[in-house]
Amino acid sequence: MVTDRSKLGFYLLISPLLLWLVTLIILPHIGLFAVSMSEKVGVREYETGFGNYAVFFNEPLYWRTFARTALMSISTTVLTLLLGFPIAYYIAKLTRGRTKTTLFLMCLIPFWVSELVRTFGWMILLRETGILSNFLQYIGILAEPVEFLYNDAAIMVGLVYTSILFMIVPLVTTLDSLDDSLIEAGYDLGGSGFSILREIVIPHAMPGIVSGCIVVFMLSLGNYLTPILLGGKDSLWFTGLIYTQFITRFNWELGSAFGFLLLGLSSAVVFLGLKLSRQSLSNTMGR
Amino acid sequence: MPFTADLVCRDLTKEFKGFRAVDHVSFDVPQGSFFSILGPSGCGKTTLLRMIAGFQFPTSGDLLIKGKSMIDVGPNKRPVSMVFQHLALFPMMDIGKNIGFGLRQRGVPAAEIKQRVGRVLERVGLPGIENRQVSQLSGGQKQRVAIARCMVLEPDVLLLDEPLGALDLKLREHMKIELKALQAEFNTTFVYITHDQSEALVMSDNIAVMNKGKFDQIGTAKELYYEPANAFVAGFVGDANRFEGKVTAINDRLVTIVTDGGITRQAQAAAELPIVGQRALAFVRPEAIQLSKTAYDSATHPNASAQIVDSVLFNGANSVVLLRDPQSGETLHAGLPQTGDFLGLGKGETIHTNWHATQARCFVAEGH
Repeated sequence: MVTDRSKLGFYLLISPLLLWLVTLIILPHIGLFAVSMSEKVGVREYETGFGNYAVFFNEPLYWRTFARTALMSISTTVLTLLLGFPIAYYIAKLTRGRTKTTLFLMCLIPFWVSELVRTFGWMILLRETGILSNFLQYIGILAEPVEFLYNDAAIMVGLVYTSILFMIVPLVTTLDSLDDSLIEAGYDLGGSGFSILREIVIPHAMPGIVSGCIVVFMLSLGNYLTPILLGGKDSLWFTGLIYTQFITRFNWELGSAFGFLLLGLSSAVVFLGLKLSRQSLSNTMGR
Repeated sequence: MPFTADLVCRDLTKEFKGFRAVDHVSFDVPQGSFFSILGPSGCGKTTLLRMIAGFQFPTSGDLLIKGKSMIDVGPNKRPVSMVFQHLALFPMMDIGKNIGFGLRQRGVPAAEIKQRVGRVLERVGLPGIENRQVSQLSGGQKQRVAIARCMVLEPDVLLLDEPLGALDLKLREHMKIELKALQAEFNTTFVYITHDQSEALVMSDNIAVMNKGKFDQIGTAKELYYEPANAFVAGFVGDANRFEGKVTAINDRLVTIVTDGGITRQAQAAAELPIVGQRALAFVRPEAIQLSKTAYDSATHPNASAQIVDSVLFNGANSVVLLRDPQSGETLHAGLPQTGDFLGLGKGETIHTNWHATQARCFVAEGH
């Protein structure tokens, strides 16, 4: 009796999760996959095959955008890590009590504003008649207005800005758990700052680094707003192509194929990252 | 034998905001000796040790190791190594990597590191455990690995920050003997800080008793125990009964005190001779108190008195009897010799106590 009731409780508790997974993740993906496998041969005539995937590989614009999105997302991840690590180290190891809480909150504050508004904020800063351009003219570095928007660098700035919190949080958590006496012992045994960072701090923080990198990479790869608004017409992003296929071209078949390719790409890169850092998914994300 | 001090502190002072953690501390530690700094928590001993290691900078004073000033030398450049309170073994490395860490920093070739790590592990009695993980070791083994990790660098001075605190009692007793043996084996100067007097008394060649940032006394275990320099040392090192009262008579160095409860006691003045009328403290060790079932002659035994047994705390050879004076209510604890004479002693019985005045130490009470 007791075991039956506890089993019922277990199923009741897990049912929202299962419902969510099945109806919102698994079913749409099965449908999407089915759609991606159907080629349009005539009006309301479809055949099953890999034609949509072939279109992707035969059209250089598509796979180049794909590769560009992947590379830029990886660079964003690396840049976010390089920027986020010192910030996280400072918060976790060099501050105490209230200062620590305040600094942590300050990292969070930008997230009270919608992503759209934040991105427009960057546009106000970087556009031709924007604050940065005007300031550089004022102090005499620039002779005439310069457009800082609508290039890859602007996309990077936007992506790093959007995702840095997701790097800092797991890093602060893992660095917090690093005993200060380990760092002191490193110095005591003759270690330099660099060798302690390499042999003690980074190995300890590895789960946090990897989980931060996975989240930031996924967020950048799947981001739509920031690359479209800051990148303009010349900087294509793969999510933009998917949007075009679904909404503008009304080519759901190709759009679905793109969606699946993006899923494959993100899974492959995460898998590779885990293998290279010798971490397991449960070790990094399960904390 | 020429006097060579491995570690010399001269007027070392450390001030935090409005608070002096270490107050003009001076001492020498000769080569190859085991030096302990004993004090209650918050007395500044950890700050002192961290200054020697280089993690904190003294406000004033000088610190010399092998005759060289260490004031402007970083912790990674000093010829001292430290065994941390919780050992601070690196969990991300195996034992071999842990011990080899310091040698790698010095750029020693890999083959030589392997050889030296193997040799130091043999010396601490744990040969062949290079490939084990830190989590696979027992508490005592971790302790020895932590010492090996320092000793492989052949430091001039090894600092130990209460490393036995986290161990259980049995292992702690065992490690005390082992630490002393390791110190003899390596013949390195050990500076050991602890709040546990038995650790300090058992292992050390010399002990400094630290209180409120100052060294109250430096001496051998015997000196501290039998000739404490002041009331704090007398109360802190070893167990002692404490009496406070007014000085009524002084005969040579023999001081007569009348306690607040009206009992007359005699004790030997330890340092400064008190003046008649001044308040003074007297300390007597529990094992110095003689017990008898028959009354002592009070004319020849000025410290004799009759006491009521409050309770008997049986602890084998360390058994103690708690006594209460029937007139003043003052309590006294005395060692209970397990010779069989007092086997049936029970609560409420009367017993006679006495001690020689030379076994009791008298100090002028502070602030009077």
